Amino acid sequence: MPIYSEKVMDHFTNPRNVGEIENADGIGEVGNPVCGDMMTFYIKVKNNRLEDVKYKTFGCGAAIAVSSMVSELAKGKTLEEAMKITPESVVNELDGLPTVKHHCSNLGAQALHAAIENYKEKQKAGGQKNG
Amino acid sequence: MKTEMKKVYLDNMATTPVLPDVRRAMLPFLTESFGNPSCLHEWGDVPRDAMEAARRQVADLIGGNPEEIIFTGSGTESNNMAIKGLAMAQQKKGKHVVVSAIEHFSVLNSAKTLEKWGFEYTTVPVDKNGVVNPEDVRKAIRSDTILVSIMQANGEIGTIEPIKEIAKITKEKDILFHTDAVAATGNIPVNVKDLGVDALSLAANMFYGPKGVGALWLKKGTRIMPLLDGGIQEGGRRAGTENVAGIAGMGKAAELARVEMKVRMENLIKIRDYLIKELPLKVSHVIVTGHPQNRLPGHASFCVEFIEGESMLMLLNAKGVGVTSGSACTSRALQASHVLLALGLPHEIAQGSLLFGLGTDNTKEDIDYVLEVLPPIVERLRQMSPLYSKFLKQEKGE
Ligand code: FES
Repeated sequence: MPIYSEKVMDHFTNPRNVGEIENADGIGEVGNPVCGDMMTFYIKVKNNRLEDVKYKTFGCGAAIAVSSMVSELAKGKTLEEAMKITPESVVNELDGLPTVKHHCSNLGAQALHAAIENYKEKQKAGGQKNG
Repeated sequence: MKTEMKKVYLDNMATTPVLPDVRRAMLPFLTESFGNPSCLHEWGDVPRDAMEAARRQVADLIGGNPEEIIFTGSGTESNNMAIKGLAMAQQKKGKHVVVSAIEHFSVLNSAKTLEKWGFEYTTVPVDKNGVVNPEDVRKAIRSDTILVSIMQANGEIGTIEPIKEIAKITKEKDILFHTDAVAATGNIPVNVKDLGVDALSLAANMFYGPKGVGALWLKKGTRIMPLLDGGIQEGGRRAGTENVAGIAGMGKAAELARVEMKVRMENLIKIRDYLIKELPLKVSHVIVTGHPQNRLPGHASFCVEFIEGESMLMLLNAKGVGVTSGSACTSRALQASHVLLALGLPHEIAQGSLLFGLGTDNTKEDIDYVLEVLPPIVERLRQMSPLYSKFLKQEKGE
């Protein structure tokens, strides 16, 4: 049996929302302390909602599938809702990940949340954009 | 209509397939000749004779004597037995062991276990091609050193080590020398007398024999402590009822490897060199790991920059190509390969490790297929790599 679920393979081979957002409202970059990989999330915010979510990922198949799933889950959500996306919920949505790959799922939620935090900080500092 | 996808197995360093002749040599011992070779009745005679024939075939492959061959359950067991068993048998003379930084885990972790048992060990570095400098071995040897273990060839980077030169030093100092020749035996000429070693490990599934059977060649008169206590199989050095079918298969595989070695090597070197030359032309920012020429005939290994090995491996698998990676993500321990780090490669480059183990079944067409499917895979993964976009921005900025 292959180590990944069909859903993981689908997101890995056809990742959704890959890329960068120019002039993104928030950027979150996190490294994976376990294996040394990296994920960067870009968000565009309108009326407190994630209008667009994109990412770049340097990592294993699971990491790529996780970033794709996180981007799909987050798109269209309010910032508060998006902050509630957890590594567990991502693993569930992907129909599970091998135990040894669970740490990759942390990366996705962390990077998204970092991007939202980054957006909020910018808001505080500038305050000109209505979130 | 669905057309069969092309399948290209390029992971012969993980295991080679079992040759049909080898399988045929094994089958009787899984059917009518099921007897235990230790038994004195006629059911024991046939398997016993088969084992002794295999012992000779394996000895002939490496230029040793049949009575110096101890059959084991794997290359890993042979290495464990050599490191722990030789050290334990010598401990009155001293308690220090020397290994290289790129040894297989079965050697490195055996050395670590010895440390827990009150021994000490020194790790000798390698250069950027993965070659051990014999003078570094000399420097590492102390007055209480009792054993040196350096591999003959590395399975991850293919580099062949200067075993003969190192053996001169150990002989001069009167220290036992073991070589892990698991990746080498059956693939390049290995002759224990010519090499000048005292012990040598090999495994059948590296030369088209079955998995689960290996051997330790131990020079006549060398004392060793057995790992397993039990009966007196293998001259009392390896207890347990023998894997007769596996051993018979190993014998046949050894014979075939000896007879066909020259032809196999010529073919493999041709397609290996083709892959090593063409891949960096088809994909930018690729590093060849290991020694460019002095490497195993079927071995080609690379690091593809800015992307990770497991994702490459999986996309190659989707195209019907089976390879391996030494990236941290592919390792169960989630650690970067100690071999690649020992070459001085940074972590993020080691992450892009890709290892091709070519076998006797492979043709130039197989390599052409890889050269066709790999570049778009690399391109696709790079397009989604934050490291690659950083690199591109840096390049523009300068
Ligand atoms: S990103 Fe390294 S194991 Fe998943």
